[in-house]
Amino acid sequence: MGLLHTVNKSPFESNTFDTCLGYAKDGSTVLLIEDGVYAATTGNSAADKIKNASGVTFAVLGPDLQARGLEGKLADGIKVVDYEGFVNLAAESDSVQSWL
Amino acid sequence: MKFSIQVNEGPYQHQASDTAYQFTKAAIAAGHEIFRVFFYHDGVNNATRLAVPPQDDRNIAKQWSELATANNLDMVVCIAAAQRRGIMDADESKRQGLDADNLIEGFRISGLGQLIEAGIEADRLVVFGA
Amino acid sequence: MAVKKFMYVNRKAPYGSVYALESLEVVLIGAAFDQDVSLAFIGDGVYELTKNQNTDAIGQKNFSPVYSALGDYDVNQIYVEKESLEERGLTLDDLQHLVWEDEDEDWAEKDSIRLVSRAELADVMAEQEIILSF
Repeated sequence: MGLLHTVNKSPFESNTFDTCLGYAKDGSTVLLIEDGVYAATTGNSAADKIKNASGVTFAVLGPDLQARGLEGKLADGIKVVDYEGFVNLAAESDSVQSWL
Repeated sequence: MKFSIQVNEGPYQHQASDTAYQFTKAAIAAGHEIFRVFFYHDGVNNATRLAVPPQDDRNIAKQWSELATANNLDMVVCIAAAQRRGIMDADESKRQGLDADNLIEGFRISGLGQLIEAGIEADRLVVFGA
Repeated sequence: MAVKKFMYVNRKAPYGSVYALESLEVVLIGAAFDQDVSLAFIGDGVYELTKNQNTDAIGQKNFSPVYSALGDYDVNQIYVEKESLEERGLTLDDLQHLVWEDEDEDWAEKDSIRLVSRAELADVMAEQEIILSF
């Protein structure tokens, strides 16, 4: 399954999201958590980058989306998981890389 | 699966401790084993007994303390990081000639080797930070 | 004890925050456990390795000399991301020359720093079992 990458920074605050995309190989999963969930919303530069990373699976932590009032703005093709889903992704992947 | 968790940030300042807590709770609920939760950098501040957050908000130190006690978790605060930031248990405080200690129940203070061991012995190490 | 592939990921500049110093402390302690250790310097992390650091005027401890001791601790797989250096107008020459002595080759001195592209480092990262970020 490859690595599970997590990103917890907004793509507009720092380069963490971009850096992560540079390291996420095909077959890996990127999970957006905390302020990282902003990259999962529609109509911004992050959305195109996600579309271009076609070999990578994207997921977003639902509780963080809800907290920030973003459920209605979720981009297509991004799986919503809860904390149990986060645990499952970590267990199913080869290893976890937390991009901070 | 055996998980080890690393918490790099203090309570309230960043979401890291909250996310780590929710992850740890979910892992336990799903039947996984938590080998160790290791607190580093400002993460050591999660272990203070002296926090009095507002009544209508979560008490992060207490949450961790209660999770540890209820599930017999090994929660380790790095001694080097703790010394820098003034988190002390009774023994360490006495050794340093200080007049107080502040480590909340459920945590223990130990060396960085415990983090390395946590990585070696677990199937997955998950880092929460900023 | 099992031998696992450990990678320490450094993305933050020194002195503006404590992460660079405290991550180095983990590396030194970790060296005693004889694991397969790599360090990755990505983004602003490359600034941790620059030469000529002088912290007198800011009142912090200059810990940059510690990097040159890593070779003695058998920490000699030090990856520096090429793109990060270039974006910052740096070359390998701006970084400390980190070396280790290979006892299997008559203590020949070898370079510890491996200048790699993002793609190459991604491949190395994908093989790691434990990845520590600070």
